[in-house]
Amino acid sequence: MDVAIVGLGMHPFGRTPSMSGLEQGAAAARAALADAGTDFKRMEFAFGGSQDSGNADSLVNLLGLTGLQFTNVANGCATGGSSLNAAYSAIKSGQYDVGLVVGFDKHDRGAFNPKPADWGLDDWYGETGLMLTTQYFGMKIQRYMHDHGISRETLIRVAEKAFRNGSLTPTAWRQTALSWEEIKNAPMVSEPLNKYMFCSPAEGGCALIVCRADIAHEFHPKPIYLKTAVVRSRNYGSFEVFSPSQPTEVADSPTVTASQAAFELAGVGPGDIDVAQLQDTEVGAEIMHMAENGFCAHGDQEQWLADGVTEIGGKLPVNTDGGCLANGEPVGASGLRQVHEICVQLRGEGGARQVPNEPKVGYTHVYGAPGISGVNILAR
Amino acid sequence: MPDAKPLHEGLFSWPALSPSLIGSRCLDCGEHTFPSQDACRACSGQNMASADLGNQGTLWTWTVQSFMPKTPYHTDETPETFRPYGVGYVELACGLKVESRLKENTPEELKIGMPMKLEIISVRKDDDGNDLLTFQFCAAEETN
Ligand SMILES: [Zn+2]
Repeated sequence: MDVAIVGLGMHPFGRTPSMSGLEQGAAAARAALADAGTDFKRMEFAFGGSQDSGNADSLVNLLGLTGLQFTNVANGCATGGSSLNAAYSAIKSGQYDVGLVVGFDKHDRGAFNPKPADWGLDDWYGETGLMLTTQYFGMKIQRYMHDHGISRETLIRVAEKAFRNGSLTPTAWRQTALSWEEIKNAPMVSEPLNKYMFCSPAEGGCALIVCRADIAHEFHPKPIYLKTAVVRSRNYGSFEVFSPSQPTEVADSPTVTASQAAFELAGVGPGDIDVAQLQDTEVGAEIMHMAENGFCAHGDQEQWLADGVTEIGGKLPVNTDGGCLANGEPVGASGLRQVHEICVQLRGEGGARQVPNEPKVGYTHVYGAPGISGVNILAR
Repeated sequence: MPDAKPLHEGLFSWPALSPSLIGSRCLDCGEHTFPSQDACRACSGQNMASADLGNQGTLWTWTVQSFMPKTPYHTDETPETFRPYGVGYVELACGLKVESRLKENTPEELKIGMPMKLEIISVRKDDDGNDLLTFQFCAAEETN
């Protein structure tokens, strides 16, 4: 049984002081139900997650105590990807006909504050100043730039594109385009990445209604089919955050293994993708993920960015809604926002940011600590 | 008398004339790890031996921590006295890359491939005035 996405709902990302994270999740769920022309009573199951805003299944207190199967998912940045993956399996297996996938979060301002013990590390690692994700991102792209000839200009181009696309996206948090000079001269956070090259923790909610493909038109005239949903964790040698040591040989990241599996299962290749969402926790991530997902060779990004290949009007538009850089990262909702945006683009409802020439096949990629990656391939 | 002791035991040889990092080596597959652990991340074996990882290497990648981290960072610094520090992975002779604070803290001083050496530094003083020690790497030759 094929799987369709027939309802899209979002509570705008950014800051909503008057609403809890859970309430933002409920708002997104209601929007998705309305988009699918249905109601919560019709939902047979739900998968949901939030990192910092409580148990997702508390949503039933706001949406209705209907007795449905509600499973909480906690998989870091890949929470949304894992929730969708679980819903995909639930429908694919024939167990259920229609259900809800939802993610939400509300994080404190500033960087996340990890505890060494949660990561299997001793206190010295944090106390001596090594427990910062920003350092890892800086070090990973630093080495990548050295190995593959990526320049600082390319880092700036990615940030420029993100905020320009954000300025075209009504639900984005950062809706102001930034100039080359503003980005270039921003305060340095972790060499070579500065303030405008990182995404920030944020708030927001996102929800999808998924169903059996053969009943999709009961809900929406433009169903988007989920061709495959793959999640992979890291192999030995993958260069990941919070690693006191790395082995001699650097292995492929989980993005590479998830991407290859997804293309194989969906029966399409990178050249078939018309629009993509690639995890851009910072600009270096988007650059590296272009190659890790198989869209270009390592090092080609330098030319691709210079030529505008990943702009909305380019050959492979990437992060058309401004990605994590312009939307911020409410962890539980972020991966679903990517899928939401691809569905909007494939429906042709992108407005000012619509990819031209009626895109048919889309791709989403999420990546998170401690080395987990989720890829979805969607088509109309 | 105030003394100096490692913040965390077992990361480096101490006291020692020329301290070196201590990790472990898998007797089944030969892979090294730092810090020491009882099981092998590569082959899942549990046949590990302590290994002297030496005190020299080359810089594999780096960044600079330009602002004072929040907890769990714990030194005697204040936001006013905080001094940016480098962070990098240093590739050791055995091939293992160890994450470390770096003495050098500007892009001008740091270059992938530069030779590095281990040194022991004080993180902070404990309640009795003892220095609590950790390791960092610094440039092995003076850069001009
Ligand atoms: Zn082994």
